[in-house]
Amino acid sequence: MGMLKDWINKGRLKSPWIVHFDCGSCNGCDIEVLACLTPIYDVERFGIINIGDPKHADVLLVTGTVNHRNKHVLKNIYDQMPEPKAVIAMGACGLTGGVFRDAYNVVGGVDKVIPVDVYVRGCPPKPEAIIDGVVLALAKVKAVLEAAG
Amino acid sequence: MGKLLLACVAVVLAPIVGGLIAGLDRKLTAWLQSRYGPPILQPFYDVLKLFGKSPMLVNPWQILSVWVYLVSSMLTVFLFFLGSDLLLMFFVLTIGAVFFVMGALSTESPYSQVGAQRELVAMLTYEPLIILVFVAIAMVTGSFKVSEVFTWAAASGKPLLYQLPLMFVVLGYALTIKLRKSPFDISACHHAHQEIVRGVLTEYSGPQLAMIEIAHWYDVVFMLGLCALFWTTSLWGMLILLAATYFAELILDNVTARMTYKWMLKSVWCWGLALSVLNLLWLYAG
Repeated sequence: MGMLKDWINKGRLKSPWIVHFDCGSCNGCDIEVLACLTPIYDVERFGIINIGDPKHADVLLVTGTVNHRNKHVLKNIYDQMPEPKAVIAMGACGLTGGVFRDAYNVVGGVDKVIPVDVYVRGCPPKPEAIIDGVVLALAKVKAVLEAAG
Repeated sequence: MGKLLLACVAVVLAPIVGGLIAGLDRKLTAWLQSRYGPPILQPFYDVLKLFGKSPMLVNPWQILSVWVYLVSSMLTVFLFFLGSDLLLMFFVLTIGAVFFVMGALSTESPYSQVGAQRELVAMLTYEPLIILVFVAIAMVTGSFKVSEVFTWAAASGKPLLYQLPLMFVVLGYALTIKLRKSPFDISACHHAHQEIVRGVLTEYSGPQLAMIEIAHWYDVVFMLGLCALFWTTSLWGMLILLAATYFAELILDNVTARMTYKWMLKSVWCWGLALSVLNLLWLYAG
């Protein structure tokens, strides 16, 4: 059983499938996310796939400010993802609410609604920073797995 | 006894071969798109990870459907390497495919529902073609048995492809639909972003999705096995035929866009039937 568990853990680190949720972003971050899929960055090298279905996903990548309407959607998507999972908040808005943080309809950063593992700064962050964020998230998942044995 | 052993070994090795083919598929697709691509072993990492995910079932039907799909795909490969009856394999394959669709239909998600309907149309499209191919093989070799194909080719000294070149193209249509390659990837796409999300796969997750993936590898091995029947006289000829066929599938996948189910039904039936009739007529005349 130990070997099987090792194999599964290796698979977990080598195959992060990402579901990307635009929580009311200006699309700047979203374009950078899509840039990661292009031949220049080609995240599929690391087994990363941008997938549309939260039930298949391992990593939730959130861009944009959270407001009172879409916070329920964000929570819903998070709850639909099977464990183990990680959350990456991206861009100034995803981190804190950005320039919109004082607006009457804005809740704030993603971590006000769901637990966030990795914060990727920038407005928008570079594709390199996004890939680095995913790698960091995997390192966190690995640490959790090792702690669990 | 030897055949039984071969069939058992094939059932054990088929997922490994199928997974490697899937890995090569992704690597070559990436190459065609000027990307580097994932490692060859990537499909195995994906499946192992999916087995490690916590199960998130919508209803118990999904478990039954997935198991029947996997077992029937395994049985198809088993029967094939046993040299058994082609029609029997066809029925076993169909049972698995129907259960796979039923599992998707048992959930309320509209994506899953639409994907399942499209998968049914895809089955409706390729099944007559596969039957026609089997009938043509039986007309040439005088039997529906896989083992008889080998006996016939050894006796006549030439591969089946010389007699049934157009039926091979017809089988190619069925292969493309079964592999869910463009332009026929209407029920679920590899590339994840389409209008019905993951289509028929949407509501399957974790271990269930991993089992579906393994069952798909078995299906791929079976379909490539059918293609291999067209060149049984030499091992190298068979391998070259399979490699060329699969590479042609990849090129097709990369140069075409997904079409609608109506277009698929119309074009595949028209071309498939026309080519079949032509080949059968030529067989009679020749």
